[in-house]
Amino acid sequence: MSAAAKAPAISPTGEINWTAAMKEAAFATLVTFGLCFPIVALKTVQNMANELVLESRWDLVLTLCATVFIGRLAITALKARNIARPAPKAATGPGRFDALRPYVAPLCLGFIAVYPMLALGMVGPGGSIKWIDNFGIQILIYIMLGWGLNIVVGLAGLLDLGYVAFYAVGAYSYALLATKVIPELFPSLGFWAFWVCLPVAGILAAFWGILLGFPVLRLRGDYLAIVTLAFGEIIRLVLINWIPFSNGYAGISSIPRPSFFGIPFNASDTGFAAVFGLEFSPIYRTIFLYYVILALALLTAFVTVRLRRLPVGRAWEALREDEIACRSLGINTTNTKLTAFALGAMFGGFAGCFFAARQGFISPESFTFIESAQVLAIVVLGGTGSLIGVVIASIALVGGFEILRELDFLKQIFGQGFDPAEYRMLIFGLAMVLIMLWKPRGLISTREPTAFLKESKSVSGSLVKEGHG
Amino acid sequence: MEVFLQQLINGLTLGSIYGLIAIGYTMVFGIIGMVNFAHGDVFMIGGFIALIMFMVFTASIGLAVIPALLIVLICGMVLTGLWNWSIERVAYRPLRGSFRLAPLISAIGVSIFLANFVQVVQGPRNKPLPPMIQGNFVLMGEGSTTVVLAYKQIVIMVVTVVLLAIFWWLVQKTPLGRAQRACEQDRKMAALLGIDVDKTISLTFVIGAALAAVAGVMYLMYYGVVNFSDGFVPGVKAFTAAVLGGIGSLPGAVLGGLLIGLIETMWSAYFTIDYKDVAAFSILAITLIFLPTGILGRPEVEKV
Repeated sequence: MSAAAKAPAISPTGEINWTAAMKEAAFATLVTFGLCFPIVALKTVQNMANELVLESRWDLVLTLCATVFIGRLAITALKARNIARPAPKAATGPGRFDALRPYVAPLCLGFIAVYPMLALGMVGPGGSIKWIDNFGIQILIYIMLGWGLNIVVGLAGLLDLGYVAFYAVGAYSYALLATKVIPELFPSLGFWAFWVCLPVAGILAAFWGILLGFPVLRLRGDYLAIVTLAFGEIIRLVLINWIPFSNGYAGISSIPRPSFFGIPFNASDTGFAAVFGLEFSPIYRTIFLYYVILALALLTAFVTVRLRRLPVGRAWEALREDEIACRSLGINTTNTKLTAFALGAMFGGFAGCFFAARQGFISPESFTFIESAQVLAIVVLGGTGSLIGVVIASIALVGGFEILRELDFLKQIFGQGFDPAEYRMLIFGLAMVLIMLWKPRGLISTREPTAFLKESKSVSGSLVKEGHG
Repeated sequence: MEVFLQQLINGLTLGSIYGLIAIGYTMVFGIIGMVNFAHGDVFMIGGFIALIMFMVFTASIGLAVIPALLIVLICGMVLTGLWNWSIERVAYRPLRGSFRLAPLISAIGVSIFLANFVQVVQGPRNKPLPPMIQGNFVLMGEGSTTVVLAYKQIVIMVVTVVLLAIFWWLVQKTPLGRAQRACEQDRKMAALLGIDVDKTISLTFVIGAALAAVAGVMYLMYYGVVNFSDGFVPGVKAFTAAVLGGIGSLPGAVLGGLLIGLIETMWSAYFTIDYKDVAAFSILAITLIFLPTGILGRPEVEKV
């Protein structure tokens, strides 16, 4: 980089000094080569005798180095063009799309509401299960988790890296209640098990939130994040090791599925299809599950929006901006933080309960740290505090993953051994870094203030000191 | 008594490894106030580089174990340092001065990226290596209750002590160390006095990674196996060590590492091996709640 300091690759007027640019690109290539040298170039593989042998892949290293070289030059050229021709300043005043704004939310909601029918109509009952289940339900679970965590991270500014613990509490509460407790003690509940357990799971998760939150909430920022991570891991490790309670790695299977308010989804005479005079098909359950999670997610959003207007919601946001000022104004910071923590945990518990009922099988594998990181990434990448941002980030990240599974044509390009799903988490990690570099405050970084004088104005994210808990 | 002594030896060995990783956490936290979440995975990368280099030098070139190990140590330190340098340059430096969550999220992204990068390029299976250094001293006892000091444990402890001595000299006596300590105290003032802050921070990352690489070699030598997911748990334990010793304090990191290693082995010996990670995580939580400044840390003064 010292070469770049002498003669910058881009002059202030936006002209490219090609020698310097080449030097920079060569340097980047050299670094890439150094990074790749042992770990990409030589692959360790086990031979027939179960010994490790090395397999060289210099062609791959060369490809990577060439890509970096060209990429570095391209970045320089792009930067130079941006300086030479600065982007036109965004027009102030009413924008082109402002007239459409009031229609966006109802349109999106309408689309989400008819989505299963749309999928059913377009690809038929067989093909649509995948679209409703893998895309619809999966994305909605993450939206709900994101909105739940948003109360803790986005509103109260408490960084929680162990959110998956409450998801696990919800899931295991339902799984254990529905498979062990209810059949023995309350057999008369029958098909209502899910609907009775749902609030119980939420309350239990909230209870755990208070229990874990109480000692840790006086910690600040990063420390709080690490302690919540530790708690998340402790809960998972206990679930793995306490076999009489949770059945360890083997998990809990044959968890009862939710019923249509007492009417089960099966092929019997009292089943959903028979009662409503339809032909039996598993698609009804999938569509019903879709609407259940949609309702749960919307409940989360509704509660969040309403709470922001209540004194406690305002206290959360005040706490996020300046804790000391809050304390001197007489806000009980511990209680305020605890309510946020418990509410966030409760919605996590609801989502966990739904997850267990949808899967019919749970094991500690579903509740790893990566899951917490994924939910946190959705909240932060979407723009902390923004409900729409969470939706966009969930669709992009979770939907993007599912699409990656569908890209079978890539096999024809890269050969049969190429599995796009293998690159899922690799791309996820990379996307997290890149979005942070591009927009450190997330995709939606403006916010509507809840309290204002006369007229509501959007505030740029850079004006708020969020997350200073 | 024999069990206790044996666990003491094992614990100190393990603790040396944790201590070496913990220094990386504590240095980075001291200088830019950020938890480098990806440090555990940098350690794992160090282990993989060591594995491959060791195979190159012993199997392909045919060097004896001890010179090969020395070369592996040096190559591993340089290459892992390069990794951490690049990570800091690409993923952390542009976010310096941004809002507080951004570098942490970026670090989590890097951590996920590194683990899965290694999984993709090296495969998801465990990578076993035949034991590098075999044999041991029998210190006392006979039959089933002996106290054994393996040669590899001696190597691990000796290398750790030598490296810590070099590191101590580097931080206390050289201009680089002075610049580093100055940046830790006040970055703006240090810049005004002509210290290249960016360069110092980069070097801090390189030094941290070099020590993590040594820990990676030691880990590989001790357990004889490395896996792409091996970064997370040792990483969190080393972070626990850094917090326990007092984050920002270098002797604290080593002390914390030794304590965590001892607690882990003693817990496995006297209670149950299943819950040894629970023990480490619980200590992290308990320390942060009741002793947030750690054993040797300075209390944080908050100015309004």
